[in-house]
Amino acid sequence: MKPTLPLEELMSPGHLACQGCGAGIAMRVTLKALGQDTIFTFPACCWTVIDGPFPYSCLEVPLLHMAFEATAATASGIKAAMDALGKSKTTICGWAGDGGTFDIGLQALSGAAERNDDIFYFCYDNEAYMNTGIQRSGATPYGAWTTTTPVKHFKKEAKKSIDDIVAAHKVPYQATASVAYPEDLFKKLVKAKDIRGFKFIHIISPCPPGWKARPEDTVKLARLAVQTGIYPIYEVDGGKYVQTMKTPNRKPVLDYLKLQGRFKHLKESDVADIQKMVDTRYAELEKRFSEK
Amino acid sequence: MKKVMMGNHAISHGATLARVQVIAAYPITPQTQVVELLSEIVADGKLKAEFIKVESEHSAMAACIGASSAGARAFTATSAQGLALMHELLHWAAGARLPIVMADINRAMAPPWTIWTDQNDSLSQRDTGWMQIYCQSNQEVLDSVIMAYKVAEKVLMPIMIVLDAFSLSHTYEIVDLPDQALVDKYLPPFDYKYKLDVKNPHTYGGLTTPDWYMEFRVKMHEAMDQALVEIKKEAGEFEKIFGRRYDTVDPYLVEDAETVLVTSGTAASTARFTVDQLRAQGKKVGNLRMRVLRPFPFADVREQLKNAKKVIVIDRNISYGYHGIWAQEVKSALYGHSKVPVFNFIAGLGGRDIFPETIADIVALVDKKKKPDQELYWVEVKR
Repeated sequence: MKPTLPLEELMSPGHLACQGCGAGIAMRVTLKALGQDTIFTFPACCWTVIDGPFPYSCLEVPLLHMAFEATAATASGIKAAMDALGKSKTTICGWAGDGGTFDIGLQALSGAAERNDDIFYFCYDNEAYMNTGIQRSGATPYGAWTTTTPVKHFKKEAKKSIDDIVAAHKVPYQATASVAYPEDLFKKLVKAKDIRGFKFIHIISPCPPGWKARPEDTVKLARLAVQTGIYPIYEVDGGKYVQTMKTPNRKPVLDYLKLQGRFKHLKESDVADIQKMVDTRYAELEKRFSEK
Repeated sequence: MKKVMMGNHAISHGATLARVQVIAAYPITPQTQVVELLSEIVADGKLKAEFIKVESEHSAMAACIGASSAGARAFTATSAQGLALMHELLHWAAGARLPIVMADINRAMAPPWTIWTDQNDSLSQRDTGWMQIYCQSNQEVLDSVIMAYKVAEKVLMPIMIVLDAFSLSHTYEIVDLPDQALVDKYLPPFDYKYKLDVKNPHTYGGLTTPDWYMEFRVKMHEAMDQALVEIKKEAGEFEKIFGRRYDTVDPYLVEDAETVLVTSGTAASTARFTVDQLRAQGKKVGNLRMRVLRPFPFADVREQLKNAKKVIVIDRNISYGYHGIWAQEVKSALYGHSKVPVFNFIAGLGGRDIFPETIADIVALVDKKKKPDQELYWVEVKR
């Protein structure tokens, strides 16, 4: 059998990710696509820990840890230095969680996107502040339990549409991806690597402790997120929307919700509300997918 | 070549001569001309550098940290609120041991809104691990930017060059613009040993347990101790090439002075004018201008103040509920070494002028007292 992804690993075993961590898979695939000539900067996020404590690191590429809200600006600074030093070919990546992207890092993200700086901005999205103990973020979906949205007052606000916010900056390339479809992520990154300017990659990355799900269900959940239409995966290449994983017969959202303890308090009517929200959002995106 | 220029442009020319490679900046009055001129110089191709026009001062410092980590000579400039917004990343730049140079044009903190000078913005960043150099002339500003890279790159700690809003930033003076060839000789290109390098990948700033955190901190402190040695060494090296000398402190007629006025920034020039006037009246007064805040020049301060019968510290800043900040520093240096009484005066906050008469009045008041009868004295305040 021919492998669908390169066998070379730039992420070593011995990292500190939890069992079934989606963010670990996201990084592993990303490194396969981008290769050795890549530099990363991380803000405070799960990956601050996953990488390993000083003096260890599981990455075989240079990594600069940075403050929570500073990912995009730091990546822009690294990129400017590499240009000034005649090393423009190196790929520069900001790699942040959803809190560092949707919330505290949004200003710097917008700044770098508006300037169209030639960097990758990755958001591995596990839909809450997981590293600090599962507090709600702007990426937490409607209905979810977190430690700051207890069951009695579960999250009543919809997930912030970060992809639309980035799209409003009209960046050259952006994509959503799921750790259940590594070949799709790989293909997008290989393509984007040759595009000059700002690239935004948003990867849904299930978190078993935070989602109260079984570690062995990570890939299943990441797949169901796509198949239910909760998290459609697509790219926006030069303004054109293309759905890269078609879902003609969408599964009911309940299939996805029922595998996660964070939704188990929801009543039937709540689930129906979520189904309706997902349908509306999906129809909106379908219109963009069908635009010529 | 001699040119007439404002303090802000002296900074831009200093950064240009230092061949900075990445500039990231956000506009704030009174810093704006620094980056306006730099953006022109870069756009005209007179300086080969990348200029990132960021969306906040926080991002300006973040970009400088990224650029410096990647091995480039990085520069920014700011004031007041902008510096305060950077605060988190000032700790980061120093903790990451990055030789970033920044100019801070001293502007008072709001509220109430103000754009005029005092030192509370920079002095409240005292413990972030940045060296701080306070200037009194546009020539010193330009020269200090160049010297700053030399020292910062030796000890791997960042430096802030500080100057007063308007009374220096917007004041035109004659400045000797050094030859690029001489500056290149003085300040060779920098090869950062710990840069982000794909051929030799390392992780920087990762999670560190109590087993190792203190070891990073003691190295920072030792780097600051070394910085004091380097600053004094560079005073000589710079003088050899350019004929101008800048030490940690700048004494004026202190040797036989019974009363020494300790000042910083442009208030020092005014103090010297007053010293001359008082000397003409037969009063033995001198001035000690504080140039370096961190690393603090304990030995130099003790040496310069050893003959004084009275010390007056004029602070254009205030630590609410305590003293002026320079007074704290000077008293701390003298404690256990000298019994000279230290009188602390708070003057010129929010850009109020410190006139020669202001300083003469201060000296007259101190003449009547053997030792301070108040922790500090507010100067010319309406009640």
